Amino acid sequence: MAFFSGLLGFIFNLFEPLFRLGQKWLGHSRIGWMFVGPNLLVIGIFTFLPIAINLIYAVTGGVNLLPTQRPFTGVENFSILLECRDYMDLQSCRTDIFWRSIFNTAKFSLIQVILMMFFSLVTALVLNRNIIGRGFWRGVFFYPVLLSPVVVALIWKWLLQSQGVFNAGFVAMGAAPVDWLLDRHWAFFWVVVVSIWAHMGFYMLILLAGLQAIPKDVYEAAEMDATPPWRLLTRVTLPLLMPNLIVVLVLVMIRAVQTFDEVFVLTGGGPGSATTFIVQYIYQTGFAEQIHLYGLAAAASLILAVGLMVLTLAQLRLSKASDAGKVKK
Amino acid sequence: MANFLTRTRARSGSRLHWTDWVSYAYLIAGLLVMFGPVLWLVMSSFKTESALAKFPPTFLPYSQKEVVVAGYDKPLPLFRAKDEQGLIRELAQVRRIGLVATMVDPAAPSSELRVNINDRTPVNELKFAGANYTELFGKFAFGHYLWNSVFITVVATILTLLFNSMAAFALSKYQFRGQKTVFLLIIGTLMIPPTIILVPAFLVISELNLLNNLWGVILPAVATPTGVFLLRQYMLTIPDELLEAARMDNASEWRIYWKIILPLAAPAMAVLAIFSFMWRWNDFLWPLIVLSKSENFTLQLALNAFQGELNTQWNYLLAMTVITLIPITLVFAFLQKYIATGIASAGVK
Repeated sequence: MAFFSGLLGFIFNLFEPLFRLGQKWLGHSRIGWMFVGPNLLVIGIFTFLPIAINLIYAVTGGVNLLPTQRPFTGVENFSILLECRDYMDLQSCRTDIFWRSIFNTAKFSLIQVILMMFFSLVTALVLNRNIIGRGFWRGVFFYPVLLSPVVVALIWKWLLQSQGVFNAGFVAMGAAPVDWLLDRHWAFFWVVVVSIWAHMGFYMLILLAGLQAIPKDVYEAAEMDATPPWRLLTRVTLPLLMPNLIVVLVLVMIRAVQTFDEVFVLTGGGPGSATTFIVQYIYQTGFAEQIHLYGLAAAASLILAVGLMVLTLAQLRLSKASDAGKVKK
Repeated sequence: MANFLTRTRARSGSRLHWTDWVSYAYLIAGLLVMFGPVLWLVMSSFKTESALAKFPPTFLPYSQKEVVVAGYDKPLPLFRAKDEQGLIRELAQVRRIGLVATMVDPAAPSSELRVNINDRTPVNELKFAGANYTELFGKFAFGHYLWNSVFITVVATILTLLFNSMAAFALSKYQFRGQKTVFLLIIGTLMIPPTIILVPAFLVISELNLLNNLWGVILPAVATPTGVFLLRQYMLTIPDELLEAARMDNASEWRIYWKIILPLAAPAMAVLAIFSFMWRWNDFLWPLIVLSKSENFTLQLALNAFQGELNTQWNYLLAMTVITLIPITLVFAFLQKYIATGIASAGVK
């Protein structure tokens, strides 16, 4: 331990003359730049530069990775992705797998948001009650949040395989075993279940924090008026929890739209394209297929970015509206 | 007794309301649903290959008992079988042809018996197959994957703490031109999901010659907006007078940063360290793109690759999965409170 802190001290001391020099040159008013510099450099190289390059990719074609050697194609990438002869029929689209992935993502997000909100709210409400061992129960529901997507997917893959525990239960009840992940409807169902299992604890925690921030005297007043529990929930608790609910709603939405790893490991997007979502489409187009179509992947990710921006703006609107409502009261 | 058990803490003396019963039922169901799958996985990882193939599966890792019989090289599987007289005896199976099994009594190995295979049931015993774990290191480059994961997690966490705390220090304790813009730029990246810049970030990494290099995974991850935000909020609460006093003593700004600010910000640094550990240990998509040679794989990548290739070798896959979830579980067990409060207060991921 002493050795370690000694080493750390030595390394830190190395920077001292550098910063003294910087202080002399820049003066006290600009020394802040030296501290924020490394962070800015990393963000600049790995976030802002890529954003700029992404725009170039989206309007160029070919298979070359270097932007300077890619032919300009204008909106070609977008029309490859978006054009359909008949928008009522996905099969007539030039890239029907893209539309399928969008459709799947939308369906998944919608179903998942409703269920996730419901379960995280119910769990938070239960955990906010006066129960024994609250910390333990909170840990129980939160634990899966920490697991990596790959581990989550493998745990469920193991449970859902044809010789797995779910089929054992089925067979014990006299039913025929089901290939859970090979049937398109079941596969979608389990993708939703697994996703809720893995992330519910995170949103539950945000709602729980919100519930615990509601002042106790509100409830004492309601108790004086002998307010029935249901009314208490719908008229007091939920309205006061609204800001947290909106935050959770938007976070769930944004995360649902970006779902990739768990599903990729669990079903690989299959069977067929039943669980192929938009990020997996980007990954496959840009990296996994034989020919890497960076332009298409970049165009698809820009479309995704627009979608996420709309969601974020909607959140701002919503939270402003709910703030305004609070002020009025 | 029942009265004691059903008393609630708040209003002592009053019994459990029916809503309390519903709450506890919900919690116990939750315990099953949330922990059950993990527990099932851990128990399964101790099963032998043949026990894994058994249907219906058992919760505990039972496997067939084997006995060493004099005159036979290999241990023989033990069965409870009916002999010619119709007596039930424990017999070891030598070989099996069609419907007839040749068996011997372990106590008297000289005489062989013929038994119809429908008249015998295997003798099972509780046995934890540690071999699933120990063989991982010999059969696959498992040690390599483990090392890669540990290296990435540790180095990235140290750099994240350093870079983010420096930035947070600048943004909370200095006034300089462009400070607001810098802060907004850093926080703004929270809105940009990494998936959107996948392709060009790949280009940047390949131009920097960092493909298939662990640093290609580490470097882009060390400037997290969440960390800067978290630390800045905390450092704002450190009084400026401390810094002024140090400047009076002619301390350099760097010395102020690491002798005064860093020790005082230790609680927030600890929270960020936990987060960073979690993020890096669990990372999947970015390493998947940067690291394509299998000797550079992290545990997560190895797991993903194995589940495609080794479909039949669930015993190794399960053991590897369990090892991958151990560090996170330990962090969780010891630091649960800090993780929970950290997330609840910052609302971050």
